[in-house]
Amino acid sequence: MARTITFKQAINEALDQEMGRDPTVLVMGEDVAGGQGTQGEMDAWGGVLGVTKGLHPKYGDRVMDTPISESAFVGAAIGAATAGMRPVVELMFNDFLGVCFDQIYNQAAKFKYMFGGKAQTPVVIRTICGAGMRAAAQHSQSLYAIFTHIPGLKCVVPSTPYDAKGLLIESIRDNDPVIYFEHKQLYQMEGEVPEESYTIPMGEAQIVREGGDVTIVTLGEMVHRSIQAADELAKTGVECEVIDLRTTSPLDEDSVIESVESTGRLVVVDEATPRCGMATDISALVAQKAFGSLKSPIEMVTAPHTPVPFADNLEDLYKPDANRIAAAARSVMEYQAWAPASSSS
Amino acid sequence: MQTETQSPSTTTSLDKQDLLEAYRQMKTIREFEERIHVEFAKGDIPGFVHLYAGEEACAVGVCTHLNRGDYIASTHRGHGHCIAKGVDVHGMMAEIYGKATGVCRGKGGSMHIADLDLGMMGANGIVGGGPPLVCGAALALKQAGGEGVAIAFVGDGGSNQGTTFESMNLAKVWNLPAIIVVEDNGYAEATSSNYTVASGSNADRARGFGLPAVRVDGHDFFAVHEAAGEAISRARTGGGPSLIECKVNRYYGHFEGDAQTYRGPDEVKKLRETRDCISNFARQTIDSGQIEPSELEAIDRGVMQLIESSVAAARQAAKPEAAELLTDVYVSY
Repeated sequence: MARTITFKQAINEALDQEMGRDPTVLVMGEDVAGGQGTQGEMDAWGGVLGVTKGLHPKYGDRVMDTPISESAFVGAAIGAATAGMRPVVELMFNDFLGVCFDQIYNQAAKFKYMFGGKAQTPVVIRTICGAGMRAAAQHSQSLYAIFTHIPGLKCVVPSTPYDAKGLLIESIRDNDPVIYFEHKQLYQMEGEVPEESYTIPMGEAQIVREGGDVTIVTLGEMVHRSIQAADELAKTGVECEVIDLRTTSPLDEDSVIESVESTGRLVVVDEATPRCGMATDISALVAQKAFGSLKSPIEMVTAPHTPVPFADNLEDLYKPDANRIAAAARSVMEYQAWAPASSSS
Repeated sequence: MQTETQSPSTTTSLDKQDLLEAYRQMKTIREFEERIHVEFAKGDIPGFVHLYAGEEACAVGVCTHLNRGDYIASTHRGHGHCIAKGVDVHGMMAEIYGKATGVCRGKGGSMHIADLDLGMMGANGIVGGGPPLVCGAALALKQAGGEGVAIAFVGDGGSNQGTTFESMNLAKVWNLPAIIVVEDNGYAEATSSNYTVASGSNADRARGFGLPAVRVDGHDFFAVHEAAGEAISRARTGGGPSLIECKVNRYYGHFEGDAQTYRGPDEVKKLRETRDCISNFARQTIDSGQIEPSELEAIDRGVMQLIESSVAAARQAAKPEAAELLTDVYVSY
């Protein structure tokens, strides 16, 4: 019987194992230990949601608390990466990426290209994304699409404890800058995770549920809501194939195309807002490369084009749920390109 | 106020070879920039170019203290820092012409000219982009346990960016071997630093963060060299970060093509006649009997040949292959 741990523990274990294996791996960020310079307990927090707890006692000054100045410490992680380190920098909530955007998209992402190949920037930026914690507009976004847009960056969005560990170890060993998005609603999710170290390659989506009628492409927490919807639809005889993208850059185009070629129907589910996001990206991909296979228009299930609201009822409406996903899948199943003429009955 | 080095001085730690080398580097930067000014006007050089002529004593005064393993990050006005850190002049000229033989294979250009192999982390198209990166390089050097240092050059424009303030704070909090060199050349683009730098003193600002800081005459190689030597040896021995503010002037516009109507009549002419760092250096070292005029003339000839051959080679070099468009985005993808 394999061991079961939480998503949060899986991330912690990946960091621990990589720090133990490679002395150039550093962890830095706001309160990643906590208690620095106080009279009280050191390692008081282990990160705002406790993900890095226990690393400071074990690795000492390789786990570095920072001032709340994201441009400086994210930039420092990037600079240290170009100078031979493998920093893993925690940027608390992905909403704060705006504060240090320049260091990520103008500096880290472009060094290798601008400098004629001479630079290597093996930095990982871990950050919390996602709505559902009543954290409102500036602590709840899902911003991976913005970074997926930038050449030179890789973006990882794990959905299970197993993937969280394997993809984080892969990200740390990767020689390009990686933004690693941790959905806050998944931290307590439990799953089977091997104790030994392992990696999951970038750019390999996973078919998490097989089915021949509708392809559902999704990522992050929405993977679980999509599976829930698929289970409901199965009771009515509709079999959905659910694809977890796992990384948005690089993107596993082949798995998406192959599945749509088999089912002929596509629903894309993304918690993020609808414009210029993963849902539109995947829809465009399929329209370009699998148009002939489509039996119905593509459906997109996303948040509305609004900030994330605070009130619980509104936030629940904001996030796609299994009912909306199921409705979208039913609608692509029921679509008829040549509807009978209304006078024919 | 702490030390305000203003009067020209000579530094005894420099022997004759050091002096000749410093002169050669300053002269190389000057002639490199003067030539680019001419070639740009002909239309042969693409894009945005920002020239460092007039500020040579800052780059060379600082970088003379550095080893290959030390790091620098530069500004958009980066040619001088590159040359002072030892980047190949032929490779630089070819880069600025956008050629495959360029130090960045023609994919960076003037604003991103860099050579990581030499610890030159790049000119930077983003004002204030460098200081956080330098904190990181300094952290890596500190973790490695050696005596390496990392230097961020910023202009008076960059000195007003939050990244510079944040980096001073972080460098102090982490006691990093990082040094910020503010080159206040009087103008952030077309606006005076008298107007944009509140308090008028970056040295004062740095002291607010607990950094030792000095303001020096950036036209005076010896003043810069002495201040940098002190800051760098402090950093190498675990004494943490410092700031050096160099008051200096640039001879050309913000970018090539800038009509500079914001500058006073004859301002640059007067500066060239009275404040020129290279003329002053030559006069001081000759007057003190350390160097013969003929030795400087020999260097001048060598520099002119180097610049001439670098332009000729850059003109003839091939542009990057079309396939280069898609390479070096990632290590693996």
